[in-house]
Amino acid sequence: MTSEKTKTEAKTKMLKISLEKTGLLFEKLSAAGKLYIPVDGAAGASFEKWDGKAGEANKFEMKMSSAHNTVKSAKDVFFPQTEDLMRFRVNGKKIEVTDCSDYLNNSNNSNNSDVARADNSAQNEKTANNIILFGVRACDVKSFEVLDRVFLSEPCDTYYKARRERTVIFSMACAAPRETCFCTSFGIDPSCPEGDVSCIADGKYIYFEIKSEKGERLMSSLSDMSDISDILESIGDSDPESVASRRREIKRRAERLPLSGVSTEPFGAGTTGRYFSSPAWEELSATCLGCGACTFVCPTCQCYDIKDFDTGESVVRYRCWDSCMYSDFTKMSAGQPRLTRLERFRQRFMHKLVYFPENNDGLFSCVGCGRCLASCPVNMNIVKVMKKLGGGAGD
Amino acid sequence: MQRTDRDALVRRAVSLMNDGVCDRVLAWRRGEFSSDVSPGVFTDTESVEKELVRNFFCGANLSKYLISETEKTEKKVLIFLRPCDSYSFNRLLSEHKFNREKVYAVAVGCDGTADIGKLKRKCGALSDIKRRGDKIIAESLYETNEENEENEENEANGAERVFDLEDVLSERCLSCNLKNRADCDEIISDGGRDAVSERFFEVRRIENMSSEERYEFWRGEFSRCIRCNACRDVCPACTCEKCVFSNPSSGVENKAAANSFEESMFHIIRAFHVAGRCTDCGECSRVCPQSIPLHLLNRKLIKDINILYGEYKSGESVSQISPLNSWTENDADPSEVAELLERSRSK
Repeated sequence: MTSEKTKTEAKTKMLKISLEKTGLLFEKLSAAGKLYIPVDGAAGASFEKWDGKAGEANKFEMKMSSAHNTVKSAKDVFFPQTEDLMRFRVNGKKIEVTDCSDYLNNSNNSNNSDVARADNSAQNEKTANNIILFGVRACDVKSFEVLDRVFLSEPCDTYYKARRERTVIFSMACAAPRETCFCTSFGIDPSCPEGDVSCIADGKYIYFEIKSEKGERLMSSLSDMSDISDILESIGDSDPESVASRRREIKRRAERLPLSGVSTEPFGAGTTGRYFSSPAWEELSATCLGCGACTFVCPTCQCYDIKDFDTGESVVRYRCWDSCMYSDFTKMSAGQPRLTRLERFRQRFMHKLVYFPENNDGLFSCVGCGRCLASCPVNMNIVKVMKKLGGGAGD
Repeated sequence: MQRTDRDALVRRAVSLMNDGVCDRVLAWRRGEFSSDVSPGVFTDTESVEKELVRNFFCGANLSKYLISETEKTEKKVLIFLRPCDSYSFNRLLSEHKFNREKVYAVAVGCDGTADIGKLKRKCGALSDIKRRGDKIIAESLYETNEENEENEENEANGAERVFDLEDVLSERCLSCNLKNRADCDEIISDGGRDAVSERFFEVRRIENMSSEERYEFWRGEFSRCIRCNACRDVCPACTCEKCVFSNPSSGVENKAAANSFEESMFHIIRAFHVAGRCTDCGECSRVCPQSIPLHLLNRKLIKDINILYGEYKSGESVSQISPLNSWTENDADPSEVAELLERSRSK
């Protein structure tokens, strides 16, 4: 954890980079770790590993997405949708058990660029296992705090922890939040995201503000690289004011959003009794398909299943995302704990709005990213649930 | 082509409820934004009057909900059927999935629904979308240059964008040409759209790829699959009470989005499973959060069935028999299947 002293020191450290040099920065960053950035694809944006391939006019082919946010969150970087945990092989009277976790022997062997490789060998010692997540929005940075509460509390999930600890997060302030965004309802400031390095772009520059020791370490490892001074500049006298005015503009945009008035006030710890038996669940859940789209695009949903798969030669124990919307979710020898669609639907929203804050000092496990609003096949979502239950029904 | 306006639907729903004929209404419910429409079950006239909506964004096919809704009432369930929905309705009836006596079916016209994903990718943050004739007017929350501030390209533009209807129409609507085929209790309108594109155009394009290209195309599409099962759960032909892939006792239960399975098995198994029953309603592609064009797999099988067993449109009538469930002398002989399909490809 960052001490107060380093926090204050870090605050003064601001750098900037001209927007057209972003590719060059990615090249440097990819030498310091496995770099993921949001890129555009056929189905919208997604976090992808930066490949460093040079295209026309020596510009890099892979560009940062211009979309507001990715269709799925970046949670799979810490918590992949499917992951092998261990492998069992029977050998005579012995059972051989192999740990499949990737973090022990994973090296950063993923770059094609010569420059990156040269820098890499020098940096390898310090940074071989780094993961760098670039361009994470404020809501998603907050979602990592929710995931941390689950995976890092005792008993700690070592698979998650190993990846989480070696990840450096470059957050990015929002520019044009969507009509589906409502992060401000959860006290999140889209103009000033948390993260190890907090970034904000204004059309000409990206400004970097170092927020943690981890961010500080990574940025100082960059400063040893050749040509870095041509890419990263120190900020000028007028820059703090232009950043501040940019933040004000983003805040103003967030305030004008159609869902900015969604209130969390009626929810939180101790409200189970108020909502559990509400007749509203019937109508809300009536056309839910019971698919897992909302849970899988959600940055905070963290349920998984652990299963064994017989490959014929050995048995692989793996885990994969699970969804509380599925009828076989948490099936036990005694049967299913939630037999009807209504009960399963209610569980998901009660968990986010009531049970989670009850067990986690009031922290909601929704960050208002709006992904479920965009992805639900029947357009049913947490905003409609909150308005219906909380009494703030729209026009 | 005729548009059924919302008021006609509301009037019918309210009077059927007041007359005690129906106590549940399956229709479309307005949401937070003009493009945010949900399939809805209405149980009182007040919410019908306030929330029922009929517009360009009513994408959902309501037929499958009859399976559960007809079980919940002693009276009838009112359902509004667009031309394409009527095929699913017939298909479900022919499989005895619900009791026709418990349904009051009303045919409504349709002149197309939006591909909301396409619209959003074109417009970014929407504040409102309206339709004026064959134009779609999308109002953005921002000027274009405001949205591109993080990007090198920076093109100034107004906040209002106008599209031709056909540019933002769902693919299924472009080749529609359907008429309502259900034996409805009442017809408000049975008009549908006229096709502006050929139904098998995309299938043919993929057929004409080399096998390597085709494999790469589908591998790329399926690699995005997150196994949320939305395609299966929305599909009116997928009506198994418990899908084998969600049944822990089946031995083939599968939750993991491991690429080897998604890429080569799940969607293809599903397409074969619904072959001959799929009505090509397009819901699988509409709901996919990862925009995988799943309907093309079904269309390929529909096209092949047409070639091998003669023209067949699943859901055209309740009494029809699927060519895969029957045998006639004119059926293609197994020995000539490959040649027939090959010949059709070059056409």
